[in-house]
Amino acid sequence: MIQLRVLVSLKTSVFDPQGRTTLEALHGLGYKAITDLRQGKSFLLTFNGITEDEARKQAEEMAGKVLSNPVIESFKIERVA
Amino acid sequence: MRVGVVVFPGSNCDHDTKRVFSEILGQDARFLWHKDADLQGCQAIVIPGGFAYGDYLRTGAIARFSPVMASVKAFAEKGGRVLGICNGFQILQEAGMLDGAMLRNKNVKFLSQRVHIKVEVTNTVATRGLKAGDVMGMPIAHGDGNLYLDDESLAKIEKERRVVFRYCDSQGQVTEEANVNGSRNGIAGICNAGRNVVALMPHPERASEPILGSDQGRKILEAFVGN
Repeated sequence: MIQLRVLVSLKTSVFDPQGRTTLEALHGLGYKAITDLRQGKSFLLTFNGITEDEARKQAEEMAGKVLSNPVIESFKIERVA
Repeated sequence: MRVGVVVFPGSNCDHDTKRVFSEILGQDARFLWHKDADLQGCQAIVIPGGFAYGDYLRTGAIARFSPVMASVKAFAEKGGRVLGICNGFQILQEAGMLDGAMLRNKNVKFLSQRVHIKVEVTNTVATRGLKAGDVMGMPIAHGDGNLYLDDESLAKIEKERRVVFRYCDSQGQVTEEANVNGSRNGIAGICNAGRNVVALMPHPERASEPILGSDQGRKILEAFVGN
């Protein structure tokens, strides 16, 4: 079994209204040292019967085609298990 | 004219839209179920508002893979007229038929209110016969209507005069305040390069009869089925 995590977040050039609102809430709670907060999504993909290379290749495709919108989002993939 | 209104699980403006085309404008309007690839000979296709597939993943992200969308895309590539309203706009963007993507509204709130929009160009399937500068009042109802285009795409779309509608005040002035969702350049609606695919976030079908408080949106739907 191979588990890959796909992390999708808005590109740094794109304003993140949810991240900003959350950041302001944290500032309001007194966490003054935090200077930026970006919200994203995480997808945990579990594969069986294929190699890690194949799983990564498929995960790349899925992330580019479905899980993220390349107009506004970028993604990265990491092995979890 | 035979007008097809596409119905996804979660569409919720399909009946309102069909009603305007059939009852008010006297067209042969019918529903097109998203699982059917057959467009039933329709000469105009509307992707209505709602929350297709619950807007899971991203607004419009799953809907674009429905069988009907491949047919709609082929129809548009042959020059067929397509109109997207609200969620329909988001679906057309996800399908790659229109530029940009929608971010969460700038104030992070779902906005259900009346806005004004101004007609920018009249050489599109949804604004033929209207006047540039025409101001119309109609409702919006969306959480993700903050149109994002990167600088390059924004410059391109402006240069090619593909901004069809812009948010404005009741006098037609494009102001920061009138741009309630934070869209780039106050854009409320755009078209594709062929000018046969148009979409807007406001709901013209909810402003097509005086009893609804405004019938100013009807002009857009009328233009869409005009000659």
